Amino acid sequence: MSDIAERARKALGKKATYGPDVDLEKYDVEAKPHEEIQRLEEIPEDVRKAALGVGVTLEKEVGGAYIQMDQTPVVARSSTEGIEVLDIATALKKYDGLRDYWWKLVPVDQDKYTADVALHPPAGYFLRAKRGAKTIFPLKSCLYLGQTNLNQRVHNIIIAEEGSELHVITGCTTPSHVQRGLHLGVSEFFIKKGAHVSFTMIHNWGREVEVRPRTAIYMEEGATLSNNYICLTPAKTLQTYPKAILDGKGAVASFNTVLYAKEGHLDTGSEVVLRAPGCSADSITRAVSVGGEIITRGKMVGEVPDVKAHLECVGLILSEKGRIDSIPELDGRCGGLDMSHEAAVGKISELELEYLMARGLTKDQATGVIVRGFLDVEIKGLPESLREELRRITQLQELHGGA
Amino acid sequence: MFGLLEIEDLHVSIGGRMVLKGINLKIDRGENHALFGPNGCGKTTLLNTIAGVPRYVVERGRILFKGKDITHMSMDERARMGIGIAFQSPPAIRGLKLKDLIKLCNPEANPEKVLKEMNFLEFADREVNRGFSGGEIKRSEMAQLLAQRPELVMLDEPDSGVDLENIKLIGRAINKLTEKDTKPSKRIRSGIIITHFGHILDYISVDKAHVMLEGTIVCTGSPREILEQIKTRGYEGCARCLCPT
Repeated sequence: MSDIAERARKALGKKATYGPDVDLEKYDVEAKPHEEIQRLEEIPEDVRKAALGVGVTLEKEVGGAYIQMDQTPVVARSSTEGIEVLDIATALKKYDGLRDYWWKLVPVDQDKYTADVALHPPAGYFLRAKRGAKTIFPLKSCLYLGQTNLNQRVHNIIIAEEGSELHVITGCTTPSHVQRGLHLGVSEFFIKKGAHVSFTMIHNWGREVEVRPRTAIYMEEGATLSNNYICLTPAKTLQTYPKAILDGKGAVASFNTVLYAKEGHLDTGSEVVLRAPGCSADSITRAVSVGGEIITRGKMVGEVPDVKAHLECVGLILSEKGRIDSIPELDGRCGGLDMSHEAAVGKISELELEYLMARGLTKDQATGVIVRGFLDVEIKGLPESLREELRRITQLQELHGGA
Repeated sequence: MFGLLEIEDLHVSIGGRMVLKGINLKIDRGENHALFGPNGCGKTTLLNTIAGVPRYVVERGRILFKGKDITHMSMDERARMGIGIAFQSPPAIRGLKLKDLIKLCNPEANPEKVLKEMNFLEFADREVNRGFSGGEIKRSEMAQLLAQRPELVMLDEPDSGVDLENIKLIGRAINKLTEKDTKPSKRIRSGIIITHFGHILDYISVDKAHVMLEGTIVCTGSPREILEQIKTRGYEGCARCLCPT
């Protein structure tokens, strides 16, 4: 631990590669504690409502749940055999400091945010699917930032043991009365031989919230990942750039990102390193700006022959003020690989608008229908119930054309 | 008594070029009209102008629908008043399922029923027009109109690219939309149909036909007779023969 702390201390002033710099001093460190919740019915109404807004329904078909209010884990339980859901502090105690996993993928000294998380008492979830275990219903987690101006720090570990299958939906959210705050989230995923993970993250922040997730994923032979990120409401600044390392033969990773920015600054993307033959990855981003600034980065690194990678970003700017900056990068480091990208930024097609208006829809209604359809990415590797839930989220939002 | 649609001295330009040059046309309730004419004569322009597509600019003249001047009305208002159109090459719409579009055309419509009528039920969950063949697009357009139930149905080449079996199906739908199963005196709905080869005319009844040349209607008469003339003498010959000026 001391080595981790030492490296973290040295990195406390280190600015991140991307995203506006956040002054950590501005945010409160002390979080009010919350009581543990015994029964899901006891979850406070505002938490339940906020969770619903990010697709985390807690009433039915939950394979397990983790709920964190500010810095306190209030619910951590599994209802599926072979699936473990713990708060991270308990897991560290139970598993001898999680020596093979803790800070093994995300460098503790990556930047001041990882350093800040490392130097404070850990909160977050530990999700583990034992060898061959499968979730029938998704595990649901909600990270709730309910205290104004708090620096919420989270460190999560996900382990899918050999041949297991894990579906996780995580909602990160603030209630409507909290506009200001900081969310720092470190997540490390280990997807072992032949395991399948779908991880869906939905963000719904207040206007003045700053967000800096730091995620890394390690994949063994035959492992598959469907990683989905959805952010349809504004945050002040958000910067995330998860990195996946496909280290075993035939590993497959798929990143889907759906962004809608009314205002604020979203800087998102992913880096995938294809390190073994037969690996493949794709990254698909749909971005809509109605005034906000969106930067979408995507990087694929092919280190060996016989790998396939594809990047795709399509953006719509629906107002005069918006900006979408698409930055695709392909780094092929040998012969015999196949990597491609395509990107387009533009406006809604007049023909499509007219087509729907000829059926009696007003221009605003037609725009809404086209934007919702545009954001409805066909996500592979998700169970049907989760797919429906995602569709519901994009339908719920008030999406419309220029201001 | 007003006709359902009345067009007076209509001049229309696209991108600064005059395409329609003085169209006069009256369609009464319960009537089906066919439009013939070579490529580029303005048939599609006429339909799109009636539908209100903004890039078709009315330079002179006016359009009355149910007695109301709709010349400068927006497309969606015209649709809600009862004008429906089946486009020749409609765009694909990403992420919008055909069954959902049918609900948007008319929230009270039963998507399954109208799709079944067009033998198109297996396309209910497909994205609108995405990867559809020419014939499939026609069936999709007809299903939408069956849901919308417009009073004036405008069909831009409903028979092009459609096999024989489906032409029959489309013909049946047109007859239904224009209430050909109802007594003539009771019919309130009308149609305008653009057709190149007239195949669809074997399956629907049309009351009048018009020949368009270079942005004007040069001839009006019995659909069969006009089609025969076009087949034997071509459009120019037909115009000279029937309408000597």
